[in-house]
Amino acid sequence: MNEAIDRRLERILPGVQKPARYVGGEYNQTVKDLAEVDTRIAFCFPDTYEIGMSNVGMRILYEVMNNMPGVWCERVFTPWGDMEDAMRQHGLPLYALESHDPVRDFDLIPFSVGYEMSYTNILTMLDLAGVPLHASERKGLHNIVFAGGACTYNPEPLADFFDFFSLGEGEESTVEIVDCYRAAKKNGLSKEAFLLEVSKIPGVYVPSFYEHRYLPDGRLESIVPLHGAPEKVTKRIVQDLDAAVFPTKPIVASTEIVHDRVNLEVMRGCIRGCRFCQAGYTYRPVRPRSPQTLMRQAREALESSGDQEITLSSLSTSDYRYLASLTDELTDWCVARKIGLSVPSLRADNFSRDLMLKLSAVRKSGLTFAPEAGTQRLRDAINKNVTEEDILKTCEVAFSGGWNSVKLYFMLGLPTETDEDVLGIAELVFKILQTWKAFASNKKRGVRIHVATAFFVPKPFTGFQWEPQITPEEYMRRVHLLKNNLFSKSIEYDYHDSRLSEMEAVLARGDRRLAPVIEAAWRRGAKLDGWLEYFDYDKWIAALDECGVERSFYTTRGFGTDEVLPWDTIDPGVRKDFLLRERERAFRSEITPDCRHGCAGCGANGLLTEGRVCDA
Amino acid sequence: MLRMRFSKEGNAVWISHLDLMRLLMRAFRRAGIALKHSQGFTPHPELSLAMPLSVGISSACEIADFSLAEGETVPPEQIPDRLNAVLPEGVRVSDCYDDGQKLKYLAWLEAELTLIWDGGVPENAETAIADLLASERLLVEKHSKNGPVETDIRPMYRDVSLTRTAGTELCLRVTCAAQNPTLNPMLIDAAIRRHLPALAPDFTRCRRLRLLNAGNEPFR
Repeated sequence: MNEAIDRRLERILPGVQKPARYVGGEYNQTVKDLAEVDTRIAFCFPDTYEIGMSNVGMRILYEVMNNMPGVWCERVFTPWGDMEDAMRQHGLPLYALESHDPVRDFDLIPFSVGYEMSYTNILTMLDLAGVPLHASERKGLHNIVFAGGACTYNPEPLADFFDFFSLGEGEESTVEIVDCYRAAKKNGLSKEAFLLEVSKIPGVYVPSFYEHRYLPDGRLESIVPLHGAPEKVTKRIVQDLDAAVFPTKPIVASTEIVHDRVNLEVMRGCIRGCRFCQAGYTYRPVRPRSPQTLMRQAREALESSGDQEITLSSLSTSDYRYLASLTDELTDWCVARKIGLSVPSLRADNFSRDLMLKLSAVRKSGLTFAPEAGTQRLRDAINKNVTEEDILKTCEVAFSGGWNSVKLYFMLGLPTETDEDVLGIAELVFKILQTWKAFASNKKRGVRIHVATAFFVPKPFTGFQWEPQITPEEYMRRVHLLKNNLFSKSIEYDYHDSRLSEMEAVLARGDRRLAPVIEAAWRRGAKLDGWLEYFDYDKWIAALDECGVERSFYTTRGFGTDEVLPWDTIDPGVRKDFLLRERERAFRSEITPDCRHGCAGCGANGLLTEGRVCDA
Repeated sequence: MLRMRFSKEGNAVWISHLDLMRLLMRAFRRAGIALKHSQGFTPHPELSLAMPLSVGISSACEIADFSLAEGETVPPEQIPDRLNAVLPEGVRVSDCYDDGQKLKYLAWLEAELTLIWDGGVPENAETAIADLLASERLLVEKHSKNGPVETDIRPMYRDVSLTRTAGTELCLRVTCAAQNPTLNPMLIDAAIRRHLPALAPDFTRCRRLRLLNAGNEPFR
């Protein structure tokens, strides 16, 4: 333990909220003998401890890096505002949780970036660490700062800050990157020479090796690779999930975190093809874990953590082929130990209804649907293939089985949405209420119907990547239209903040001109933007003005289908012409059946090595 | 009903009371020791901590009472080793037994405050503090539901001793009432800061040392 830092920490911690998140020392954390460590890694997650510790990707890569002899990977999260202030006041630099050593003393500083509104947290963390913000200001091999995660499918707004990006799944590429770094350090390479070496690893994208040229009207003209860099960088995937690292001795947080349970990933990829969903496209191809592997991992992780709950996660767990046999075996094991088993993202079909009843053996989990749109026409347009009949039937089964609350998630502002679609949400909610009245087993307890709407944010690598976002004003008009048509006291309605979602849209499809905006917003005090306690729209607007960047360029304008897109250098496996085809079908309200009804030809199976097939 | 005694120090002092409950329940599960569960809609293990410990205070004398599930046959004397093997750093179980005294006999808590002045202990600090704590009344502001209230804590502590342990530190030992009502030893620090503002330490560390019953014998 770093005594100099600990002495100062002891003085600071009594005055901050939830101090346990700032000290580490949790059960199952990895501590290594420094005498046997040649490479130190400060793995940063640009959000709070509670969020970061709930992130499966971070847990996997922590394990991957610590499995390497001679490498010690530690965790770093964004301090909450009170802690940041106290650290600045006491001159306490950002430190890693395991050793309490300052982040600036580490060799590699990777970030896992999964949310656009966490971008300013990256700058907060680098600044608190005393590490220069810009890649160009960091000379030499000390403090190599790189990133992976969902947001790096369009890394351009972050291009100024990171030395390189690791695209796609990191189980294998992270090992290659760390080894490449160790070799560079051993051979005394310059940073430039190292970047050239690391760029040869498939899936590694070095932004400084590309020049972005713009047309006078502000659109991208071309992206020019330099230093012989490849025109496209293809994301990495794990070929065999059964052989992939999975943390079966998970760190057990000593304070409550968002997902306080074992999170078992049953498969990667999704067969559904919802046209707004970035993960649905970028996680392809579909690869399952075998039920045998999952049973073993579940037992090990539960026994090692002492957790009382396990969740089977994936983008669409109902589509896991062996779900019936896995849940049968797992339920028996869990019931005997009073462990709750939950299966999120269930679809509203027959099988799921049976499963729902079975899973309530230990405790009833909530009933949640994401129809996303209020009418069948719009659901067809976005390819969310769930029908009203299925939803009502599932509610009927649930209400008669004693459930008395249901959560419904929708989006407003989807392409082709009309007022009729907005009112369709109110109608569906009303029908659910009627279903409860007709079938509830215990009417005395009443019913809670929780409705939430998100403001549609067009994302790169989706069928809607070119679409305009509606204005925040128009979104709010639709919010009020819906609100005025939800009549019952049993209905609770929440909606996402319009301005937050507008900024998210700017950053999601942003280009390199956004980096100075992010920095300007941060210098004005923007931080923890994903938290409504902190999000300050005015700071962002001022930053955009200061940098002469028009936000409508990235939101309401929409992108031309022949336009060079900032993320054109990145290849997630799914082809652009497939996305275009999905877009056209959307405008005809034509569904694309799920991949098990016949391959839709997205192209992601090209990422698989010979002999392997997409499990759609 | 079984009782175990444990310590909480180092990084673990920052774990809150509720989080400590969850931490111990998980440790029992990891150790494969089944606790008795309450009945009801959301069954939870029956485990209680005698005196909630404020965040930031270390302790050598915490007490947890719990019951084993029907059919759980682990001998109490094996429980400390089984738990210690699966507890995070800073939480250590010393012993476990089934003949603990009733909680109502818990009367006193021996505590230690380490008063730290970064620039060295002020010259008159030792006597001034000793005099203050020996006075007939000692008023502090306690926070209650209806806002701050003035409370005389003088009847709630005894046996004060002061020792200089380093150039910058005074060690203050005191025996505080553990029940009806409880005196948080940090209120003694608050009293020093209120009545001797010129001598306010830069930082005060607090530690629970020992529990005693009304007969001044170790409470176990």
